[in-house]
Amino acid sequence: MSDVREVTDATWEADVLKSELPVLVDFWAPWCGPCRMVGPIVEELSQEYKEKVTFFKMNTDENANVPTQHGIRSIPSLLIFKGGELKGTVVGFRPKSDIKKRLEEALA
Amino acid sequence: MVDTFDIAIVGGGGAGLTAALYAARGMRSTIVFEGNVTGGQIATTDLVENYPGFPEGINGFDLGQNILRQAEKFGARVEYALVDSLTRLNTGSFELVADGNMYRARSVIVTAGADYNKLGVPGEAEFVGKGVSYCATCDAAFFGGQDVIVVGGGDAALDEALFTTRYVKSVTIVHRRDTLRASGILQDRAKANPAISFLLDTTVERIEGDGGVERVVLKNVRTGELSERKTAAVFIFIGQTPNSHLLKGMVELDAGGHAMVDLSMKTCVPGLFVAGDLRTQAARQLISAAGDGATAAISAEHYLQALG
Ligand SMILES: Cc1cc2nc3c(=O)[nH]c(=O)nc-3n(C[C@H](O)[C@H](O)[C@H](O)COP(=O)(O)OP(=O)(O)OC[C@H]3O[C@@H](n4cnc5c(N)ncnc54)[C@H](O)[C@@H]3O)c2cc1C
Repeated sequence: MSDVREVTDATWEADVLKSELPVLVDFWAPWCGPCRMVGPIVEELSQEYKEKVTFFKMNTDENANVPTQHGIRSIPSLLIFKGGELKGTVVGFRPKSDIKKRLEEALA
Repeated sequence: MVDTFDIAIVGGGGAGLTAALYAARGMRSTIVFEGNVTGGQIATTDLVENYPGFPEGINGFDLGQNILRQAEKFGARVEYALVDSLTRLNTGSFELVADGNMYRARSVIVTAGADYNKLGVPGEAEFVGKGVSYCATCDAAFFGGQDVIVVGGGDAALDEALFTTRYVKSVTIVHRRDTLRASGILQDRAKANPAISFLLDTTVERIEGDGGVERVVLKNVRTGELSERKTAAVFIFIGQTPNSHLLKGMVELDAGGHAMVDLSMKTCVPGLFVAGDLRTQAARQLISAAGDGATAAISAEHYLQALG
């Protein structure tokens, strides 16, 4: 079973902003090639950071509000939140080691 | 213990992945280093219409991933890391450092391709991912119903402008010369498209906005006149620069910074090959890059055989 759940405009506040654990959200769309490379990395991280970070993905074709609020104009984009606040962003495909570094920085 | 490979390949684009496919299928231990997306430049292209074998065309990302799978099937290993240095040791083999890790290889094929050029104007770096984009296929969908500009006059600019019209209200192609460099068929398609207009003899001086791109300041290069134009995005396709820094001081480069090789992709350094867009006089097409990759892998095989 995957530990990366879907988040939507409707569930954003409860799932992401009010989360007790830090949250990483993967913004993606089915037509985006590089997103398909980020997906598996996020899956792997969700295993490595089990019980430390909650992982979500948001389909930007199906949700307009949150991507607009956060000014997302390029995907893949990863946003990292802690206590409801944005702590880090990764825009575009980056190797796993880079994403992990950014996540560690955001958690620190 | 440092891992030693028969063949190390720097860059996982069409040239590198094809070289890996040949090398691995030839039972050589093979590693490919890719610092970004496997597939390289083609990975961001929506439809590749001129790669033989796909009469309906094929999505560039899918094509790249197919070549990747084919290479992995024969045992090629792919490491997602940027190679920071390449040195030839006294023993004749090579040492590579990628992401702080050291690797050794008896032969090396460099297929690092080329990176897109930046405009180098104020606002460009600041708004990357916020309206400044080098990949319309990736980002055009975020500007639905809006007006955008595409900078450049070559094949890539027109191709991406045409793609962008699927989403946006209008595309203005801004080009610094009075004629386009793109091929006839693309020019015809772009000129026939009612959503596309052209601003020739024009350069972008600044990109401005509050939190994201809102407008550009343009300059007419004939009159020097400045003007402001509203735009939600600036897509930039103004050519590329070869990624030859790893080769500097080792391999002779041509005036454009491409590596000098012979027809078997050999450089002047024994055991070191260069293939694809990075080599001199490349056709800069995926099929020729893939062909070069195959040639380089076969040359590397001959080199390794001669070493014994
Ligand atoms: C928008 C666009 C549309 C195109 N459309 C077509 C088309 O329709 N048909 C066609 O035939 N061709 C097309 N091309 C051209 C084609 O994409 C290129 O000719 C081809 O990709 C060249 O392949 P390559 O492997 O030599 O280099 P690249 O594709 O540039 O691949 C090089 C790879 O090396 C990696 N790299 C670089 N330095 C390092 C390092 N130090 N360590 C690790 N990795 C590194 C890069 O990240 C990259 O993935 C298009 C190009 C663009 C930009």
